[in-house]
Amino acid sequence: MKVLFDWLDHRTGCRGIIRALLYENIPGGSRWRYVWGSTLTFALAVQFITGIFLWMAYSPSSHTAWESVYYIQDVMTGGWLLRGLHHYTAQAMTVLLVLHLMQVMVDGAYKAPREVNFWFGVVLLLLVLGLSLTGYLLPWDQKGYWATKVATNLMAVVPVAGPALQKIVIGGSEYGHHTLTRFFALHAGVLPAAVIALVIAHIYLFRRHGIRAKDPKRKPDEAFWPDQWLKDTVACLAVLATVLFLIVRQRLFSSHGSLGAELGAPADPSEAYSAARPEWYFLFLFQFLKYFPGTSEVWGAIIIPSLVLLLVFLMPVIGRWRLGHRFNLGLLASLLAGTALLTWLAVAEDRNNRNYLEAIQLAERDTRRVRVLAQSPAGIPGEGALALLHGDPLTQGPKLFSQKCAGCHRYNGTDGLGAVPKTAQSASDLRGFASREWLAGLLDPSRIATTSYFGGTKFRDDKMVKFVQKDVAQYTPAQNGNLRKVIAALSAEAQLKDQIAADQRDEPMIQEGRILLENVMRCTECHQFHKPDDQATAPDLTGYGSRKWLINFIGNPAHPDFYGSHNDRMPAFGQDQILNAREIGLIADWLRGSWYEKVSESASQ
Amino acid sequence: MNDAPCHSDAPLDRRGFFKRAFAIALGAVLGLVPLGAGLAVLLDPLWRHGPKGSAVRVTTLDALPPDGVPRKFPVLATRVDAWNKFTEVPIGAVYLRRTADGKVQALNVVCPHAGCFVDYLASRGMFLCPCHNSTFTPEGKIADRTSPASRPMDSLAVEVRGGNEVWVQFRNFEAGRAEKIPVA
Repeated sequence: MKVLFDWLDHRTGCRGIIRALLYENIPGGSRWRYVWGSTLTFALAVQFITGIFLWMAYSPSSHTAWESVYYIQDVMTGGWLLRGLHHYTAQAMTVLLVLHLMQVMVDGAYKAPREVNFWFGVVLLLLVLGLSLTGYLLPWDQKGYWATKVATNLMAVVPVAGPALQKIVIGGSEYGHHTLTRFFALHAGVLPAAVIALVIAHIYLFRRHGIRAKDPKRKPDEAFWPDQWLKDTVACLAVLATVLFLIVRQRLFSSHGSLGAELGAPADPSEAYSAARPEWYFLFLFQFLKYFPGTSEVWGAIIIPSLVLLLVFLMPVIGRWRLGHRFNLGLLASLLAGTALLTWLAVAEDRNNRNYLEAIQLAERDTRRVRVLAQSPAGIPGEGALALLHGDPLTQGPKLFSQKCAGCHRYNGTDGLGAVPKTAQSASDLRGFASREWLAGLLDPSRIATTSYFGGTKFRDDKMVKFVQKDVAQYTPAQNGNLRKVIAALSAEAQLKDQIAADQRDEPMIQEGRILLENVMRCTECHQFHKPDDQATAPDLTGYGSRKWLINFIGNPAHPDFYGSHNDRMPAFGQDQILNAREIGLIADWLRGSWYEKVSESASQ
Repeated sequence: MNDAPCHSDAPLDRRGFFKRAFAIALGAVLGLVPLGAGLAVLLDPLWRHGPKGSAVRVTTLDALPPDGVPRKFPVLATRVDAWNKFTEVPIGAVYLRRTADGKVQALNVVCPHAGCFVDYLASRGMFLCPCHNSTFTPEGKIADRTSPASRPMDSLAVEVRGGNEVWVQFRNFEAGRAEKIPVA
């Protein structure tokens, strides 16, 4: 072994390199306050290691970025840990950079002869922030997409070259494949290369000038190895432990909690995410911009931050003056306090912002849903996971309902998305439409004239309501038994997913109900049921509530098969092209409870 | 550089030894956590299995020449590619030919030597791999003993359904092996 090592040393001089690395002199002995630089180097190493492995599984295009990150996060062995390490170490680095900067400032290590190294450090800080900014977009989820869009839109306010610069950075006029390839090249190529070069220069200059020892020296000088190494590794371990805690924290408090880093729903250019915020360490800039109305935005986005940065660069020069060091410390304290205040204001404002909180809730719902769909047997199609959400009745149904239907209708008392509309309800509540429970309510004398059914419509005084309130109200127990059979038969026409088992079980009763409906219960006096009837004046009960029936009804309720000329106010959503066929299908499927569910979910329900 | 003068080759006491061992162990833990997570992801394909192969409708009997000359057909089926699932996409190709006893023979077009697609040369009445010149008879047997291929072309199970539909049990096999081993 020794022979081999001697040979290697002779050819490479490795012994000298190791000695130079491990036996650097620490004036006054090892101290905890010197650990920050090493923790940053460690964090950087973690980012390089995890980043290279992530690179092997990441695919930068607008149809594959989210999908590949989802695959890393949810499917690949240990992917959640790898991504979690990369994500949270990036956040830890920002904190460590600030701590390192504070230590350098307090110890006066930015002053002569270490000015150049200070400048290198500030540039490194900016590069790391650049890595964070570019990395935030790469998962191509709603949050990263819309937050980064704000950042790149701000580039356009740069005087003269702004619009061109913006176009170059995003690879065109709109976000797309080339935005990702460019951001990825910056994130995994250009910026890391610059960081490596500057870190080498930074450490070289640090070694050249040595540690700026904090006086008074409490101990004799020591070598870096083993005491300072031990302190540094303990500090690095604390960083790693914090990162690991952040990765698993949600699972620690809930068995359903997620592991690893957050991944929102796939970026959707057609649906702005109003809760999009930059990463927490950019929140102060986000908040700062709120105070610059109209065309003064360039001051908040470009001019003032640039001036502050210039002032930071000049700190070593300012520090030469008699009170310069104190001024610099005051400036740093003010900047940090200002940043903290702006960050707090941003968080506090969001915490009380109802729109923001609702957007977060909706986004979380979409996130959970798209992951369920991605794991479904149909899998993710070639056009990407966004197509899964766009074609999902459970996702799109409530959104379309709230936009197009909730002006009159309700869904369990809400607009479908959980909010109660401000306009008064003037049409039926469609939750459970065509189910036995819903029909039992419709044929209940005490409920038919409520707003849940016909109460808000012009039909509240019509034949159907009168029939239920007068005739049905006086039904004998035997007639009520028949009514239940008719309800089961009519509901079976809808072939609702939730009722399949009940419909199969009650087939004899349903058959009996059909006969009663046609011959005994007077329904066919107004309605048509499986037999053409030119005299029918009320909606056709053939296939009532089925997908086809509902699509046709939404398409044109004034069709002779439905309300004809008696139609109240409901628009012909299909015929008048208010909704397209796909959207009507999504609403119909959602109202009928027809969407993909995980087997375990259905079973538990 | 301010290299320390305090590096000493003096023998270590027990405390010094444990301190150094602990320092090395901590350093190793710091490196192993990100490296371990990365390696787990890197090695993930080892724990996954490829497609098991399934019966695929390839063509109809009418499309096969009556003289027993092989004809190439694409095989369309569902393909899972990492996160994507594609339906009815090309997953490979087969040569089909009528045999003397009225049956159909299917051969995977992939050369068993190094995985290139073999061509059928009607003028020579044999298969030729354009990469390393392996030759095979129309039945898929090795035509030349000096051929680089170490096994015949891979035959696949064929079923004629409904009197006319040709269904093939499609799958790929490891190239470069003398035995026919399905790709796992």
